[in-house]
Amino acid sequence: MDAKADAAVLSAAARPRLSARWATLLVLAVVIATIPWFFPSGFYFRVAALVWVTALAAVGLQILMGQAGQVSLGHAGFVGIGAYAMALGPKYLGLDVLLCLPLGAALAGVIAFLVGRPILKLKGHYLAVATLGFGMLVTMVLVSEVGITGGPDGIRVPRAEILGWRIRGSETFYWIAGGALLIGTWIALNLQDSPSGRALAALHDSEVAARTIGIDVAAYKLRAFVIAAVYGAVAGGLLALMNGFVTPDAAGFIASVEYVTMVVIGGLASVPGAVVGAALLVLLPQALTVFHDYEHAVLGLLIMLFMIFLRVGIVPGLAALLRRRA
Amino acid sequence: MNAALPPRGAPLLRAEGIGISFGGLRALDGVGFEARAGEVLAVIGPNGAGKTTLFNIVTGLYRAGSGRILLDGANVTEAPPHHLAAAGLSRTFQNLQVFFRMTALENVMAGRHLREGSGLLADLFRLPRTRRDNEATRQAAMALLDWVGLADKAEIPAGSLPYGALKRLEIARAMATDPRVLMLDEPAAGCNPVETEEIDHLIAEVAARGVAVVLIEHDMKLVMRISRHVVVLNQGRLLAAGTPAEVRNNPAVIAAYLGTHGAAEASRGSARDNARGSARDDARGSARDDPRGDAHA
Repeated sequence: MDAKADAAVLSAAARPRLSARWATLLVLAVVIATIPWFFPSGFYFRVAALVWVTALAAVGLQILMGQAGQVSLGHAGFVGIGAYAMALGPKYLGLDVLLCLPLGAALAGVIAFLVGRPILKLKGHYLAVATLGFGMLVTMVLVSEVGITGGPDGIRVPRAEILGWRIRGSETFYWIAGGALLIGTWIALNLQDSPSGRALAALHDSEVAARTIGIDVAAYKLRAFVIAAVYGAVAGGLLALMNGFVTPDAAGFIASVEYVTMVVIGGLASVPGAVVGAALLVLLPQALTVFHDYEHAVLGLLIMLFMIFLRVGIVPGLAALLRRRA
Repeated sequence: MNAALPPRGAPLLRAEGIGISFGGLRALDGVGFEARAGEVLAVIGPNGAGKTTLFNIVTGLYRAGSGRILLDGANVTEAPPHHLAAAGLSRTFQNLQVFFRMTALENVMAGRHLREGSGLLADLFRLPRTRRDNEATRQAAMALLDWVGLADKAEIPAGSLPYGALKRLEIARAMATDPRVLMLDEPAAGCNPVETEEIDHLIAEVAARGVAVVLIEHDMKLVMRISRHVVVLNQGRLLAAGTPAEVRNNPAVIAAYLGTHGAAEASRGSARDNARGSARDDARGSARDDPRGDAHA
């Protein structure tokens, strides 16, 4: 009964028609373009840029978890790969740092392809544990290979330069991150309303039925996994560029769990939900500092309340409420 | 679109000597059948006879322990389900396997997967190819929804459709693959007489298009009315095969359905009067309702 109610809310709220797709992108673009007007200081550019970059990683995970229905507790592993590529590529291979952004994304894609093939045969909890293992593996390597990665202390990322212009400053990164998120959201929405997206949604609901209508379930799961990894790596690369520094925390278990929380709390079935979830999880800790020692407890409590009262997620849940009102 | 279907009566799907064991239990042993273009073949048998297991093997969900499966002459015994679907084999499920989070229309659109060739990159960047695919798929799916009488439910999430509608939705989705062989696992189970009749019409129309239909069904009236051949399974073995009339009069079949006591009664009954009986079972019930022999005239 609940599953049915959820199904009604989900598919009505989150499956975009042409207009809904553009409306989502338009709203996002307007938000990105206008909120700097309200920033009291430069510090807010930094926080907001962090929101956009984190949201980009979350949108990637939404493709895997929300659209294809495959859980990953190792998403941050790919973010870490993208981030460290920005530091290690220039340092050891003498590559331009900007070139390392697509290279890191490609590397993450290849690793996802190799890792995904065996572990995506697993389902549910087993897949969760396998992806968890992958994330831990990445963190372990980053922490232990002190000579190469700098270990727990992290490593410096060189400043990027285009034709002699040094990319720096919070405001610049704000626009870069916002642009990247817009493109990432556009691609995720495209996918959702396409033959490939329908194949993912189909295998999400019934693998058996998906196979009997001709969908190569293993291949499509792997595609979703690789796409999610590339999103994560691009976000990680931008994050590294922004901070000028990376530590293994970027790839850590806590980060992976936070990405999952963002996607679930925003609304698994919803691409913009991932953005809202990311914004919430980046901004809430900042806002909750007034609670001092109880900051994390309050954050946990809020997450629980969101899940209890908006089980389908913030964006689909609120959309359903608005429709009922209208 | 689909290649021209072979002439009516041409053998399309052939299963030979199919056997499978589940942990020492011989679930199927030496079972076979042949489905022909434009004809309905019914697979019947008591619960646990192995009917759905046979379907699962033929559609590639289980791997046969022995035997082989020929689809249009090609050996497809080891082929995975999505290859079989591409080769023209489609099915529905006894326990619904609808995509509950998708709308009715999207369910059928998903069934057009094999007819879409846009590719992942085009889908990610919404190239014109993808837009053309989306449009063609939407139209084909709407036509199929209209055919099963669900056009007005197109935008409704499958999860909130009534049971009878879901049964028809599954048929529409299976037909969206342009199959040459359609396998229906209890398409009318749990449906009321009106819904059963609607499904009856749909199956007849599918067969009339030249598709080979293989049907598992417990509603014997439906079986006798629309099938040209019947295969009877019992405890994993082939009990009888033939026309509905032949099968209905087969003492072994009656025994399997009614037990030995019933069989003795049935044979006494049929010795006295071919058409009378105590109607203790569907098979007997239909035997009374349908005058013999004209079910598949």
